[in-house]
Amino acid sequence: MNILTKWLRAYLPGLTVDDAQLAEDLTLRGIAVEGTYDLGSGKGYLYEMDITTNRVDAMNHYGVAREAATIYGLELKPLAFPLPEAKKAAQPFSVQIEAQDACGRFTARVLRGVTIGESRDWFAGAEIATYFALLDQKKISNAVDASNFAWLAMGQPTHTFDLDKIEGGIVVRRARKGEKLKTLDGIERTLDADDLVVADHKKALALAGVMGGWDTMITPETKNVLVEAAWFEPMAVRQTARRHGLHTDASHRFERGADFNAAPLASAIVSAILLANGGSIEGELVDVRVAALEERTALRKPISLKLSEVHRLLGTTIDAEGITAAAVENILRGLGCGMTSAASAAWDVTLPSWRLDIEREIDLIEEVARVYGYNRFANTLPAFAGGVRALPWEEKEAAIRSTMLAAGFHEAIASTFCSAADAARTSPQPGQVVPLGNPLSEEASVLRPSLVPGMLAMIAGNLNRDVSDVRLFELGTAFIGTTEKVEERPALALGAVGALPTASPLHASRQIDFYDAKGVVEQVLGRFEARGVYFDRFGADSGLTPEWLHPYRSARIVVDGGTVGWFGQLHPSEAAARKIKEPVVIGEIYLDRLYKQPLRKPVAREISRFQPVRRDFSLVLDESIGWEAVDRAMSELRIPELVDWRAREVFRDARQAKGEYALLLGATFQAADRTLREEELQSFHAQVVEAVAKVGARLRA
Amino acid sequence: MTNVSIPELADFTESALDKAFASLEASAREAAAGLSGDEAVEAFRLEWLGRKQGRLNDVSSRWLKAAPPEAKKALGVRFNALKAVVEGLLEQAAGAGPSDASLKAEAIDVTLPGTRRLLGAEHPITRTLNEIVSVFAALGYSVGVGPEVETDYYNFECMNFPPGHPARDTQDTLVVANQERRPLRDRLLLRTHTSPVQMRTMEQQPPPVRIVIPGKVHRNDAADATHSPIFHQVEGLCVDTNITFSDLKGTLDHAMKALFGSAVKTRFFPSFFPFTEPSADVQISCIFCGGKGCRKCKNSGWIELLGCGMVDPAVFAFAAQKQPAYDPKKISGFAFGMGVERIAMMKYGVSEIGQFYAGDMRFLNQFV
Ligand SMILES: [Zn+2]
Repeated sequence: MNILTKWLRAYLPGLTVDDAQLAEDLTLRGIAVEGTYDLGSGKGYLYEMDITTNRVDAMNHYGVAREAATIYGLELKPLAFPLPEAKKAAQPFSVQIEAQDACGRFTARVLRGVTIGESRDWFAGAEIATYFALLDQKKISNAVDASNFAWLAMGQPTHTFDLDKIEGGIVVRRARKGEKLKTLDGIERTLDADDLVVADHKKALALAGVMGGWDTMITPETKNVLVEAAWFEPMAVRQTARRHGLHTDASHRFERGADFNAAPLASAIVSAILLANGGSIEGELVDVRVAALEERTALRKPISLKLSEVHRLLGTTIDAEGITAAAVENILRGLGCGMTSAASAAWDVTLPSWRLDIEREIDLIEEVARVYGYNRFANTLPAFAGGVRALPWEEKEAAIRSTMLAAGFHEAIASTFCSAADAARTSPQPGQVVPLGNPLSEEASVLRPSLVPGMLAMIAGNLNRDVSDVRLFELGTAFIGTTEKVEERPALALGAVGALPTASPLHASRQIDFYDAKGVVEQVLGRFEARGVYFDRFGADSGLTPEWLHPYRSARIVVDGGTVGWFGQLHPSEAAARKIKEPVVIGEIYLDRLYKQPLRKPVAREISRFQPVRRDFSLVLDESIGWEAVDRAMSELRIPELVDWRAREVFRDARQAKGEYALLLGATFQAADRTLREEELQSFHAQVVEAVAKVGARLRA
Repeated sequence: MTNVSIPELADFTESALDKAFASLEASAREAAAGLSGDEAVEAFRLEWLGRKQGRLNDVSSRWLKAAPPEAKKALGVRFNALKAVVEGLLEQAAGAGPSDASLKAEAIDVTLPGTRRLLGAEHPITRTLNEIVSVFAALGYSVGVGPEVETDYYNFECMNFPPGHPARDTQDTLVVANQERRPLRDRLLLRTHTSPVQMRTMEQQPPPVRIVIPGKVHRNDAADATHSPIFHQVEGLCVDTNITFSDLKGTLDHAMKALFGSAVKTRFFPSFFPFTEPSADVQISCIFCGGKGCRKCKNSGWIELLGCGMVDPAVFAFAAQKQPAYDPKKISGFAFGMGVERIAMMKYGVSEIGQFYAGDMRFLNQFV
C-alpha cells in the first residue's frame, strides 16, 4: 500500500517534521514505511507501507494520519463531506438484512441525474486527479474513482450500482445453491448456499464485501446511482472470497474487521464527489443496522486498564519518569479511545469502532508501549536461579557427531521428504510410510521413513558435479507410521564413495570399501556400552537385507541382541538406477535403539611393565569359514596372557588350493606380573593351533 | 665371508639397484644397532669401510666394474649415499652423533604438501544452532524439543491462531494426507514453527520456565535464493513472575552482542504475532558495515533478525488448562524466535539457502 505525504499533511495542519523523519517515527511505532520516494518539489513523498495484518485501520491515509497525530500530539482534522439537501422521496429505498449474522450494517443512498465522466480535482479535500496521478492510480470514471478515493482516504469499501438495473429494493442474504452471478471481473459464477450476496428482489447483484456484479455496474449511460456502504462480518466474507478464489481490497478489509461506524462517512464521500459533476440526492440515507453485531463492534463494552498492569508487563524505561498516567491517557485518547477514570491510575476505556483488534487490557498496554516507543524501554535482565537441564540424548548425539567428524565425514542435512517409491524401498517397516496431503512435488510426496534416500541423492549429486570423493553423514529424523499416527525416530545415515584418504604425492590413495564403513560403524558403536556387538549377513533370498544393499556385501548391526542398523555396499541395481558407477558404501543406524545403551565410560587399566611377545600364525582356511569363527575360537581360549589378537593379513594367491584362503593371525601375549617363559609361550602356541584347528584352520605348510 | 655378503648383480635397472642398495643399507643399520665397545665399532668399520675387504670396497670393485656404462652414474649416486649412511652409523656408534653429511643424505623436500588426515566438518546450521543455544544456556535456558509432525492444535490453535483466522494464511502449511475427516485440532501437519514446543513445555512444567527450542520446521514455500520449504528455527521462552518487556529487550540485546560482537546494537519495532503481545521485530546494526550502510543492509545500516514479544495471555490460558499456575494475572513471560539459516548465511557469507541441504562436498569442505 502506498501513502502520499501531501495527502497526509492535508489532515495534519500542525505537522512540522519533514517526510524522512515522519517515515522513521511511523516505522518505529509499527506503521512501517518500507520505502520512501521523493516525488519532486511540492509533491511530497510517496511511502511504500508494510503494515501488519492486524492493523487494517491504518491501511489508508486518514488511519496513518491518526497515528502521526498521536505520536506528535497534534490535532487531526475531521473528515467533513457536507452534502446538499436531499429531495423528498415518495418512500425510503427498501433495504432488508436477511443474513443477520453476516451483515451488521447496510447504508444506501439514491443519487439521481448524475453524469458519469472523467474525474478531476473536484473540491478541496477531493483532489482525485492530483492524488491519483501521484499514486499512479488509474482513473476510470468519477463513480469508480469516488469509491477508490474513499477507500484510499479512510479505508471503507463502498460500491455503486446502476440504480435502474435494480429490481425492487436491496436484500442482503445467503445465495441460493446454484444461483448465477456474473461478477465485475467478467466471470459467470455459480453460487453456493453459504455465499453472502447483496441482491435485489429478483436476483443476486454482488458478492457481499468481495466484488460487485457485472449487470448492475456503472456505465457511461448510467443516470441514477445507488451508493452502498456496509459492514460485513469477517468470517462470512472470508468464506465467500475463498470459495471463489478472490482476494480484493474490499474482502481484505472486511475479513480483518472493518469500521462499523464508517459507512455513513464513506457514503458521503462517494456521494459528494459524484454530485460534484451534477445530480441530486433522493431521500435520506437508508441505514439498517443489526443490533447484535453493532454491540460486538462499535458498542463494545469498555475495558478496564490499570497503570500498575502497564508497569508490571512493560518494565523499566530509560527515562526515569517512566510511563505516567498522563502519558497513557494522551496515547489512548489520540488513538480514539474514551478514557473515564474509575479510580486513580485506572480507567474504563471505550474503544474506537475502527480498532476491532483491541479487545483486552493487554491490547491497550501494547498500544501504550507502541506509541511510547519500544526503544525508550531500558535493557534489563531478569533474575535467574536454577540450573540448565540437558536433553537425555544430547551427550549421545554429540558423541556420535564427534566420532563421525573425526572419521572424516562431513555433516549434511537432507530433505525431510522423498518419493513414494524411494520410501517403499527404504522403509525399515514396510507400508509404514506417511504421505503428504499437499506435497511440494512427486519427489517429495512422503515423509522419509529412512535417511537413506536423502543420503543417496546427496551422493549422486556430488558425483554428478564431478566431485568424486564423498563422505557424508546425517543426524536426522525418520518418520514411520500412518496418516493417523506418526512416530519420529532419530537416525544416523552415512555414505561414502571415492578415494580414502586424500592422495598425496608420496602416498597412494585407495578406494573406500565395506570395511571403511564398518570401521566407522564400529567406532560409533564403540562410544556406547554394550555387552555384545556383532555383524551378520543374509543372502538375497532371506528377504531380510534391505533392498538398497548388496546382499553379499552388507551387514546387519546387532547390539545386545537387537538390530540397530544396516550398512554395506549399495545394491548395484540401486546404483545403476542413479547412474552411479563407483561402489558406494552406505548405512543407517536407528538411534532410538542405540540410545538405549549408555555411553561408554572410559576406565583405565594398569599397563604391564613386562615385555609383550607377539606370535604370528599363518593359517589356511576354507572360504566358508569367516574371521568370526577364528575370533570366537581365540576368545574362548581364555588365556589371561593372550592380551590381543587380530587378523593381520588376508590373502589369496596361487599357493592356495581353490576355495581356500590364507590368514595371518597375530597374537600378543603379556603377563602383568612377570616376563613370559619360553615353555609358557610354547604352550600358548600349541593351544592356539589346536583351537583354530577345531574351526577348520590349519597351519600353512 | 665378504664374498658371500655381496652378491653378484645381474640386473642394473634403477629398481634393481634400489632394491640391492636398500638391502645393504638395512644390513648396515642392523649391524650398527647392536654395537657396543670400541672393538665392535672397529670391527664394524673394518667390515664395511675396510680398504681391502670392506663391503663397500667390494661393491665398488664388483658392481661398478660389472655395470654397463649407462648404469654407472645411477650406481655411483647410490654408492655415495650408502657410504654416507655407513659413515654416519659409524660416527654414531663411536658416540659422535651423526655427521652433517650423513644427515644431509636424509634430506627431504619439505615444500611438498603434507599428507592430511581426513577431518569432517560440522554442518554450518548445526554450528549456528549450537552457538545460539549456548548463548542462551549461559543465561539459564535449557533446551526444549518436540515433534516435527504436529497437530493443528499445538501448531496453531493454542498459539492463538484461531480456526479460520487470517494469520494462518501467513504460514503456508504442509499437511499430512487424509486428515479431512478428523477434528481440526487433531489434524496432523508439519510444524511451521518451533512454537508448539512452548506449549508442550508449559503443559509439562509449572513456571518458572526458561527454554530455548532449536529445530527443523517446514512451510509450503517455493524455493528461491533465500527461501526453502525446510529451514531451522531457534525459539525461546521465559516465564516467571515479573518478567517484563524491558527484560525481553535486555535479554535479546545481550544475546545479539554475544552472537555478533559487543559493538552490535539492537532496535525494536512493533510487529504482530498471534502468540505475543506486545510483539516486536528486532534489528541489529549491520555487522558488515557497522551501521554506515552497505549493500548487505540495503544501505539502512540495520538488519532484521528476529521476532519476539510478551507471551499473549490467550496462550497462557491454553497452558493453564493443564497447569493452572499459568495465570496471566500472576505471571508473565516473553518469547522470541529467529531463523537459523538467515543467521548462518550472514555469518558465513552463504548466498543460496539451498546449499545447506545439497550435501555438496565442496560447500561443506569450507566449514572444516
Ligand atoms: Zn551494512
